[in-house]
Amino acid sequence: MTKPKVPGLFKGLGVTFHTMAVTIKPKKYGGGAATVQYPREKESPPIRARGVIALREDNCTACMLCARSCPDWCIYIEGHKELAPPRRAGGAPRKVNKLDRFDIDYALCMYCGICVEVCPFDALFWSPEYEYSEPRIADLLHDKTKLGEWMETVPEAPELEAGAEKKKK
Amino acid sequence: MSDLADRQKLSYIAAQAADARLNVELETEGMTLNIGPQHPATHGTLRIIVRLDGEQVIWAEPSAGYMHRGYEKLTEVRTFPQVTTLINRIDWLGSFANEVPFILAAEKLMDIEAPARAQHIRTILFELSRIANVSLFLGDLGVQLGAITPVFMAFRDREYVLNLIEGATGGRFHPNFDRIGGLKDDLPAGWLVETKQVMKKLRNFCTEMEDLLFGNEIFQSRTRGIGVIPKEVALQYGLSGANLRASGVDWDLRRDQNLPLAYDKVDFKVWTHPDGDSFARCWLRLQETREATKIVDQLIDTLPAGPIMAKVPRIIKVPEGEAWVSTENPLGEMGYYVVSKGDLGPFRVKIRTASFNNISIVPWLLRGVYVPDVITILASLYFILGDIDK
Amino acid sequence: MTASLLAVDLPYWAQSMFRVLGGTVAVLLAAGSIVYLFLFKMMSFMQSRLGPMEAGPYGSLQLFAEVGKWLQKEDLSPERADKRIFKMAPLIVLVSTFLLVAVVPFGPDDYFTNFDAGVFYMLAVSSISVLGILIAGWSSANKYSLLGGLRAAGQLIAYELPMVLAVVGVVIQAGTMNMQQIVVAQNTGEIFGWGGIGNPYVLTQFIGFLIFMIAVQAELTQAPFDMPIAESELVSGYMTEYSGFRFLIFFIAEFATVGVFALIASALFLGGWGVPFSWFGWDSIDSIDNWMNVAGPLIMFSKMLVLAFLIMWVRFSYPRFREDQLQRFAWKVLIPLALINIMFTAVLKVML
Repeated sequence: MTKPKVPGLFKGLGVTFHTMAVTIKPKKYGGGAATVQYPREKESPPIRARGVIALREDNCTACMLCARSCPDWCIYIEGHKELAPPRRAGGAPRKVNKLDRFDIDYALCMYCGICVEVCPFDALFWSPEYEYSEPRIADLLHDKTKLGEWMETVPEAPELEAGAEKKKK
Repeated sequence: MSDLADRQKLSYIAAQAADARLNVELETEGMTLNIGPQHPATHGTLRIIVRLDGEQVIWAEPSAGYMHRGYEKLTEVRTFPQVTTLINRIDWLGSFANEVPFILAAEKLMDIEAPARAQHIRTILFELSRIANVSLFLGDLGVQLGAITPVFMAFRDREYVLNLIEGATGGRFHPNFDRIGGLKDDLPAGWLVETKQVMKKLRNFCTEMEDLLFGNEIFQSRTRGIGVIPKEVALQYGLSGANLRASGVDWDLRRDQNLPLAYDKVDFKVWTHPDGDSFARCWLRLQETREATKIVDQLIDTLPAGPIMAKVPRIIKVPEGEAWVSTENPLGEMGYYVVSKGDLGPFRVKIRTASFNNISIVPWLLRGVYVPDVITILASLYFILGDIDK
Repeated sequence: MTASLLAVDLPYWAQSMFRVLGGTVAVLLAAGSIVYLFLFKMMSFMQSRLGPMEAGPYGSLQLFAEVGKWLQKEDLSPERADKRIFKMAPLIVLVSTFLLVAVVPFGPDDYFTNFDAGVFYMLAVSSISVLGILIAGWSSANKYSLLGGLRAAGQLIAYELPMVLAVVGVVIQAGTMNMQQIVVAQNTGEIFGWGGIGNPYVLTQFIGFLIFMIAVQAELTQAPFDMPIAESELVSGYMTEYSGFRFLIFFIAEFATVGVFALIASALFLGGWGVPFSWFGWDSIDSIDNWMNVAGPLIMFSKMLVLAFLIMWVRFSYPRFREDQLQRFAWKVLIPLALINIMFTAVLKVML
């Protein structure tokens, strides 16, 4: 390393003084602290941020793929088969899966996204919502209705960079 | 039944007594001090038992394992995507870097190669995780030595990198983005431009660290000549990464291996330092961070267009076989030896982590140093507990 | 002192009460303002963050919140600690601070005592805190505290000498050890016949000033000399086992001592409570107007803030020295420099 012309001790003092001056300068002149004063100002996470998982109940057929692929086994699904009216007159009644219970335990969830990726019917979506902490751990088990409410916060998928191949979906 | 219970109780008491014996002053010469497992200076729950004579260390022994999470056992009962999620958490500061050797090993077994664009973006994220990891090291170095200000600057500038990783993958710390055959998703629009700006900010950060910390005469007198590791000893103990290069060994797996990552398309310098002392290790990591920002810039300029995922079946069953892949991770050389029996998940995974071998030199290195130098040496060796204990 | 202020003849007990009150206010005000302005706010700004903002406007009441927090904690002491000495240690450190502030002059008539050997007393009394730190380290049954206490003993005793020698230069130049008269001598003095700014000893005794500030930094165990505390190794060193009110006393004593040493330095080097007398046409201490008794403490306070800013600025910017490097610096660099300074001062004093 080349020997600095100003002794390093003074340069260090200069760096801290400069940081202090930048922090004191008001925001409109380009200063301000690097921190965000949380309850009053909030940062908005990027579109793909993994905040909470939302469920679109109409698409779910209780196929159990997500519950099986979860590394923590935090998804609890119960369903039953029902007979639905036939699609055309004179046909046989169809067997459909009806969802009874779909719980995700966010106390266990690792936010890995395997369940969202694996679902073949597009029933699970990521949402960047993150302010759902509860005073009791038991309240972190979100049931079907609550997961359906999160659907409103799911954003549109972002546009991809130039050069990316368009997805077939 | 009560026989078993009695024996269990007795063995528990014997273990406690053995532990206590280490903490009580029974020897008349020297004082036995426990550094850790709860200590501000060890990066986690590392316990180092030292015997002191005044302020000089006469004997030291690290005792790792307080954070063992049983990764190799866990991987035996998980599928490949689940294992990818778990291994993010081994070296939690540069977490994308953990996934890469494992996915490369699985791709080697399946005999497929990710498309060029995927390889490129994989390398970009790999270098970004290196920058995130080492910038925290630079801040933490200040704290271990008593300078409390650089760490805030490190965290402030590391936030930009974490925001980038979150924009692309969805997770700041645990991206879980690598898949067998490519990556999960392509990059969102505007990411490349933002990355270039962030790289500029990080180069400013490196200059700031040089002014605030490395140019400081007190820092230099604290780190020069402390904890010198000669070349042969470094090679014998299996050090890797910056620790090895600081002792003068020209060893960089990015340049020397022929892995399907985009390193052969960029121009970068492999820094070495002849001294092998703590200052060399710390200075080297700073230069490597700067070099990593230049690598990312070059990679962004040469990003090819194309698909992001190769043609792989929906449910992946990796064929039978064994594969070993190791890469130049931020902490050193990390490798995975994957044994597969044709199932959904691996049969056995052996994880070779860099920090485990890096701290094996601690008993040899700490003889005869003063207690403050113990902290300096541990800080300059730079290990992460998740990496040691898996 | 209050006699002249209120133009009333107070009995001795009332005067003593006012002295005690004034002393407490001086110490606590110094500690509080330094903690808020420099520790909470300045350190935060230097680290690109805002510091406490919730308690009171801009976090000004954070100090009271901290005091309340420490007071409501459990009064612990380690099982194998020597209880009596353990409990005595913080008080000894605090006592030395209060004793120190007794010789600091705040105005022409605002002083607690007017010792003729004020400087001598000040240097002697500042060593009492060493005892407190040592026994705190020994009596907590903790190897880390022991290490911290031993380091403190070596460091604080080693840096007493440069402090004493640096002040000797001032004493030679002023010709007296009385703090009040040193202040007056600075403000009535002249530099080469020009009385525009008086004769603040920081100009002529620049080396002495530097040595004194470095020695003060070491006496207060502030970075870069904070080996006894060494947060990343010893987790607070000798203060590790203290919590609750006892820790609060250590904390307040640390910052109060910063304030008191800054006050002493401003009295010895920066001209103390006064502005150069030539500005107002005063000849000696008796001809000073009465309003100086009110302005004096304010001027003293602002000079203290300037010096405390310097001390804290260095504290937040530098890593710490190792113990043997500390000692080497004191014995091989500072003391010879201080001795040379004394030699020059003595020679010049006789010549000029």
